[in-house]
Amino acid sequence: MTPRSNRGYWIGFALVLGALAVAPLVLPPFWSRFATEILIWGLLAMSSDILIGYTGMVSFGHSSFFGLGMYGAAAALLTIKPPNLWLAILYGLVGAGAVAIFVAYFSTRLRDIYFSITTLVFSQIFYVIIFTWTEVTGGENGLNFRQPALALPGLTGVAFTPTTLHWFVLAIVTVSYLLLRRITQSPFGMVLQSIRENEPRTRAIGYAVERYKIVAVMLSGLFAGLAGVLYAIQNKFAAPDFVFFLISGEVVIFNVMGGVGTLVGPIAGAAFFLLLREGLSRYFEYYLIPVGIIFTLMVIFLPQGFLGFLRRRLNQ
Amino acid sequence: MGIPVEQILVQTVNGLVNGMILALVASGLTLIFGIMDVVNFAHGDLVMLGGFVGATTMAATGNFWVALLAAAVVIAVFGAALQISTLRPLLGRDPLTTILATFGMSLVLQKYALWQWGPSARNLQEPITGRFDLFYLQYPWYRVATAVLAGAMIGALWLFLKRGTYGIWIRATTQDRIMAAAMGIPVPWVHTAVFAIGAAMAAASGVLFGPMGGVTQTMGADFTLRAFIVVVVGGMGNLGGSILASIFISLLEAYASLFVSPAQAVIVSFVALILTLLFRPTGLFVPTPK
Repeated sequence: MTPRSNRGYWIGFALVLGALAVAPLVLPPFWSRFATEILIWGLLAMSSDILIGYTGMVSFGHSSFFGLGMYGAAAALLTIKPPNLWLAILYGLVGAGAVAIFVAYFSTRLRDIYFSITTLVFSQIFYVIIFTWTEVTGGENGLNFRQPALALPGLTGVAFTPTTLHWFVLAIVTVSYLLLRRITQSPFGMVLQSIRENEPRTRAIGYAVERYKIVAVMLSGLFAGLAGVLYAIQNKFAAPDFVFFLISGEVVIFNVMGGVGTLVGPIAGAAFFLLLREGLSRYFEYYLIPVGIIFTLMVIFLPQGFLGFLRRRLNQ
Repeated sequence: MGIPVEQILVQTVNGLVNGMILALVASGLTLIFGIMDVVNFAHGDLVMLGGFVGATTMAATGNFWVALLAAAVVIAVFGAALQISTLRPLLGRDPLTTILATFGMSLVLQKYALWQWGPSARNLQEPITGRFDLFYLQYPWYRVATAVLAGAMIGALWLFLKRGTYGIWIRATTQDRIMAAAMGIPVPWVHTAVFAIGAAMAAASGVLFGPMGGVTQTMGADFTLRAFIVVVVGGMGNLGGSILASIFISLLEAYASLFVSPAQAVIVSFVALILTLLFRPTGLFVPTPK
């Protein structure tokens, strides 16, 4: 990468970050909250891009990581007094990580659609467990809890306002993005991409493909769990609906709409999807019909998503 | 454990009946996968649509068998249209794109059903109302008839694939798409026809299932998932394997529901799937590949 294009990238990055940071100050409360939500779903979409875009494994089970992140946070917030923000994140990550180890161990033995189906089935297992284990998980009703206070070094016990919550989420999503970007450009990330391009050859060169895949699924699961924690903190509840595979499907939609293998694309895809849903649901109760049609058309005609399409256009 | 023998036998019958319906769904799914490498995420939704078309026809005509036929024909035509419009452009691309495309279809179909027929369940009247004594309960003949009918349809499909001219076309396309095309077989139309056959079988199972469980717009996802499990356990693209696996999985679930609630019994089939993937990833009911 030449220094010039690199500088262009950082300027763009700073502009977008600045716009997102100012957003809650200028937007009306509804849209400000909406922007926070886009960031959270964007983080979830970005986490699955590690698998879909970089390693070439389409996961239909990201709802289980996201959901376990939510329930992990709920466990910390309900059992520990006073509720602690960082413990909620820790518990959520432990929950999502444990599930990710389990799923990774079994599902990475399989490739292509078999991997997709296995992840889907795993997310259904967790859904059924959470849905029927009412004493612990609250069953269909889920769990409600109080929002933890914002606790930073030198700043304790300040309740979240929508604006500070937005900034907190923005900070976490930005750090996650930079981390994921670094990871995908590292030698490790290169191996993942070579698995996507040619798995037998990667194995022949001498990489332990299975081990790389397991780590990729775990990484992806951890970031998805982090998104789950943030969502739980924003909405003050955890519900089995978020473990259901429909959420996994939406994550795949975000990725395809925005463009896989770009990290930023899935965030844009999430924003596009949520805006589309918001816009359509005001006029039409069954907004998923047009959304589904648009999605299917994009799979056929724009397999690279908006970002991939733009990039190809710009390169011409 | 104090489970009476009668209860176990009743659950065996239940498992067999459910297994035959599932086999009808799964054989369509596996046929579509075996021939075009398409993982049809919308397959369960075709079951659901078939059920609704059947329920509507039945309300209009009052005859179950007319409803069964109408649902199969309507959904076959609809399936052909779907295949031409959505899956044909994807031919030759990564099979994963077909999952995505059919997932999109599934969303549309499910919400369309909700819009058109509402959220409440439709119950179809049983065409055969007789019952016979099975230990402590009156077992409906209809359920037995369903299993037999499903078996007959699968048998007819098998005969067609084995003996019929077009069946041979289909098998030739499965083996070698390019060679089949070189021999003058219209491969794109074979694909469309196979999708239509699979859709018709799904629709028939939807109607057959109607009097037992009712038709709801959410039943699609459930059927898709179960059919996926069965198809993987039986060995992808293997017709005989997926039929045996349907019965195996349904029996497992039936026995498990002696001990836990039916909602939790599903986990047993999930575990069966995971164990299969771990120890025999090619499928339980196929010969070991060399």
